[in-house]
Amino acid sequence: MLRLPQFQVATPTTLAEAVDLLQRNSPGARLISGGTDILPNLKHFLDQPGLLVSLARVAELRRIDRDDRAGRLVLGAGLTLAEIAQHPDVRAYFPSLAKSAGLVAAPTIRNMATLGGNINLDTRCRYVNQTELWRGGIGGGCLKSEGQVCHVVPTGRRCVAAMSSDNVPVLISLGATIHLHGPAGQRALPLADYFHADGLRHTHAAPGEITAAISVPLPTSPRRCDYIKWSVRQSIDFPLVSVALRFDLDADRSDAAITDVSVVAGVLGAKPREVNKLDELVVGRSFADPSVAQIVSEAAYSQCKPLPNVPYDPAYRREMIRVLTRRAIAAMV
Amino acid sequence: MAADTPTQSPEPASAAEAERPDLTRETWQIGKVHRKVDAMERMRGVARYTDDLKLPGLLHAKILRSPHAHAKIRRIDASAALALPGVFAVVTGQDFKIPYGVIPWTPDENALAVHKVCHVGDGVAAVAAIDEDTANAALRAIVVDYEPLRAFFDPEEALATRDREHTINPYARKGNLSKHVLLEFGDVDAQIAGAELVVEGEYFFEGTTHGAIEPHCALAQVEPNGVLTVWSATQVSHYLHRELAKVLELPPHRIRVIQPPIGGAFGGKSEPFDLEFCVAKLAIKTGRPVKLLYTREEVFYSHRGRHPMKMKYRTGFTADGKITGVDARTILDGGAYSSFGLVTTYYSGQLLCAPYRFPAYRFDSTRAYTNKPACGPKRGHGSVQPRFALEIQLDKAAVALGIDPIELRRRNDIGADVATVNEFRVGSNGFQECLSRVESASGWRARRPTLPFGQGLGVAGSTYISGTNYPIYPNDMPQAAVQICLDRSGRARVFSGANDIGQGSNTMLAVIVSEELGVPLEDVRVLSADTDLCPVDLGAYSSRITLMVGNACLEAAQRLRRRVCRSVAQRWQIPANRVVLAGRMALDREDPARNVSSAQAFQWAEADHGLLGEVGSYNTPKDRHGDYRGGTIGASPAYSFTAHLAEVDVDTETGVVHVKKIWIAHDCGRALSRKIVEGQIEGSTYMGFGEALMEEHLIDPAHRGVHAGPSFLDYRMPTFLDTPELHAMIVEAPDKNGPYGAKEAGEGPLHSSIPAIANAIYDAVGVRLDRIPFSPPRVLAALRERAQLEEQGLVPAHKPDRRPRSAR
Repeated sequence: MLRLPQFQVATPTTLAEAVDLLQRNSPGARLISGGTDILPNLKHFLDQPGLLVSLARVAELRRIDRDDRAGRLVLGAGLTLAEIAQHPDVRAYFPSLAKSAGLVAAPTIRNMATLGGNINLDTRCRYVNQTELWRGGIGGGCLKSEGQVCHVVPTGRRCVAAMSSDNVPVLISLGATIHLHGPAGQRALPLADYFHADGLRHTHAAPGEITAAISVPLPTSPRRCDYIKWSVRQSIDFPLVSVALRFDLDADRSDAAITDVSVVAGVLGAKPREVNKLDELVVGRSFADPSVAQIVSEAAYSQCKPLPNVPYDPAYRREMIRVLTRRAIAAMV
Repeated sequence: MAADTPTQSPEPASAAEAERPDLTRETWQIGKVHRKVDAMERMRGVARYTDDLKLPGLLHAKILRSPHAHAKIRRIDASAALALPGVFAVVTGQDFKIPYGVIPWTPDENALAVHKVCHVGDGVAAVAAIDEDTANAALRAIVVDYEPLRAFFDPEEALATRDREHTINPYARKGNLSKHVLLEFGDVDAQIAGAELVVEGEYFFEGTTHGAIEPHCALAQVEPNGVLTVWSATQVSHYLHRELAKVLELPPHRIRVIQPPIGGAFGGKSEPFDLEFCVAKLAIKTGRPVKLLYTREEVFYSHRGRHPMKMKYRTGFTADGKITGVDARTILDGGAYSSFGLVTTYYSGQLLCAPYRFPAYRFDSTRAYTNKPACGPKRGHGSVQPRFALEIQLDKAAVALGIDPIELRRRNDIGADVATVNEFRVGSNGFQECLSRVESASGWRARRPTLPFGQGLGVAGSTYISGTNYPIYPNDMPQAAVQICLDRSGRARVFSGANDIGQGSNTMLAVIVSEELGVPLEDVRVLSADTDLCPVDLGAYSSRITLMVGNACLEAAQRLRRRVCRSVAQRWQIPANRVVLAGRMALDREDPARNVSSAQAFQWAEADHGLLGEVGSYNTPKDRHGDYRGGTIGASPAYSFTAHLAEVDVDTETGVVHVKKIWIAHDCGRALSRKIVEGQIEGSTYMGFGEALMEEHLIDPAHRGVHAGPSFLDYRMPTFLDTPELHAMIVEAPDKNGPYGAKEAGEGPLHSSIPAIANAIYDAVGVRLDRIPFSPPRVLAALRERAQLEEQGLVPAHKPDRRPRSAR
């Protein structure tokens, strides 16, 4: 069995205390919540933090509040993915989120893994998520581990490890906001703006900042939404490409006009990709218009270019974006 | 599972029912459903696997592994490691200069590399330390000076190189040729030339590995009396015992090998591995117990899984579908060491000559050394790959000749009590019934002609051995032996060298003893796989245990039964054949009200005969094989037969193959314990399904020969959600060589699951998948290729009248 590096564990009970612990011990302190992402990475010696700050006892992270006046659902970052997938409000208002949370890995992992952890899931790559022996075998790692080269884009200077969270594309498609607590206080920003295209540091979280909650605006109009995950197996696997879809309609009928649209793809590079220019292409059209599925899937196909950073042929994965997007839209009509 | 069939499984008998023997039945335990003897400790999580064993003063060992696929070792400097506090000893190849190999003719590996490493992951040095972290720190402190050599990842490229410098295996005598076998039976060229149809095909079977959940683990201790005890997760205690004695230069009587409960093996633990030698040597050096548990990555690099095989087949047929001749050329990618490779090379041809009659046959198989982890035996050793090729060849012939694929197979059935073209004697044969069972259960005749484009049914058949006639090292002693003792409390103790690897062999022994001596299963204690306490058995491989160890056990049990019955008969003054032992009693068959407890019966017998102990042994019949060089390899006392019928749904836009159902009929001679047989049928079929659709043991030549993904995340085996509905049906054609007629069930039902799926894909969408796995990108590419040919008018549309309107 692989061994973990040695570290200390702190178990604060408040967010403020956790922020303080991170700040006082940085660099060298990392957060741990469910541990399903960081522990395997530590077993691969991708990092050797001296201190893990556990969020397990921070009760305020485990709240879920529906605020009808503000029109939003606030999900604590410490909720498990199993809780998200099963929560009645999530299922009622955001079925695509219930679906994506329920498709992460396998039941035992969803019972441990948290929403905050999944949003901050480290980027993944077939050249990174390997043991030290393996990384030594390919000649000493890569940009994201101990090496100096990228094996995905050999001429590249920037890491293109893949954003592999199931929930991030869905939450962006739903217009979610991320709430951060840090040494400089609290701030909130659109989740869409939280990520950037560098696999080494793919979020805009400042040092010492902790994801406290995600708020998602409650739908104000009838809506059709879905999440597509392509992976080889129906359980355990990370997505090899993923697409989140949201269509707001002017009436609760499938032939109603589209008033707003969002399509977000994952597992391309380090950043989720919002398919753009869709407003001009489909807003105003009837959702039942068969050309909608065609237009949206072609737009997703032409704008999303998977890389050989995760297993399976990128051209095939790209094709799946087109086919599965078209089918998902057709199935919602 | 087989709820709609006449062999519906009875529910497990309650304890009370088991006490009430049905005297009208010929047997009271054989063929029933039993709880495995170790089920409760497994299910409750209290079974003590090797890694659960802890001894006072225990040290932990780790092995330093090569990052190079091929390199000379110039120097190893372990001084910094030895200087670390808590490090007790370091060993290298210099401590293990005697080579070993499970096949005595090909000892071509060392416990640790002596002068060179031959694949990424080859062991270089091992340390023993106070804990695992210290051992890992010590590995980091060892300095190895390598001189990298050109590495070969393609078997044909490796074979083309004959110079010493590029010879991979340090003990190889013929460059990178590991083994070549060419055997010809009859005039193949004339038979194929005279055929009315010749089907030619090229097939590639990607390597796959076992994926047992328990990683290899071994623990060694030198006892105060000087005996070296090695506990190991092995399926071949006896061969491990022999090789330990050889490499460590210790007399065998000073070594004891114990196999604790094992968490899966599937052929992946059927030879000695570096860790067993390392813990033994380190225990001797340090005087303390030493344990080593592989990481999952180490399991992948130790491998010994299924060989990648590149196969070229030419098969001749008459117009009515009869095979006229089979001509096969096969390249086996062996990896860096021989392992069982000599046998695999023979098996790749020798095991193909049933269930169909071949009037003429030639196979030409070449195994190459490459700079990859060594391949070896995996469930269905050697014959899963050629079976894949042959069964697709038959399907292609059926299509070309317009004959129903099941009918074509019936016409070629070799039948019972015959000799194959390679001179193996086949006894009982239930293949025809297997075909009929899957045909009717699946609704083949009515459904196949009507399933729409995209959906299909495919069939395939196969055979497998129930043990090999000749042991791995030549000797005239029995292949299996069992010792049984009865005691005055009414219990039976069974001592057997056989390795229970989850296949249920301990339960099988308990069932036989229970059947013969009338005591229920829970009163039978089976002690197995301890070389100090048990008679020698050769181990769990080649599906040999039920037939061989079962026969040995039956012999001992029947000897005891006769003594007990005589003693009871004497006291009741009736003939001995009126005494029945069943239901924890001895009864008078003609007056069942006259009975005594088993304990009383055993006491009477003990008073008459002294302590009740008997041995039984089994050796194979020597008239089953061919009279030519290699003619013994693959010959078996009895052969099982299987038919698979798969139903698939192929998504023509994504290439995803959804295997909905597989019907499996397997002739196991006689099911001694019904649920275990069904479990083996389902487990085998599942394993084949995984190899067909997802599994790939790939070494990446573009990245210096590392494994493409040595973890269970990247080596994808199907989950519950991916697995089709499996309908297992037991067919019983009892064989006179098996105990109660029993033959094997653990490996045969894997073979034809793979080609059945390939043939179903063809039926569904008209594309041939001649290489595994049938991954979505590969299926999609094949579909597009066919569509293009159809558009160009080069091939007719497949199922043109059964397509949805839009797609026509």
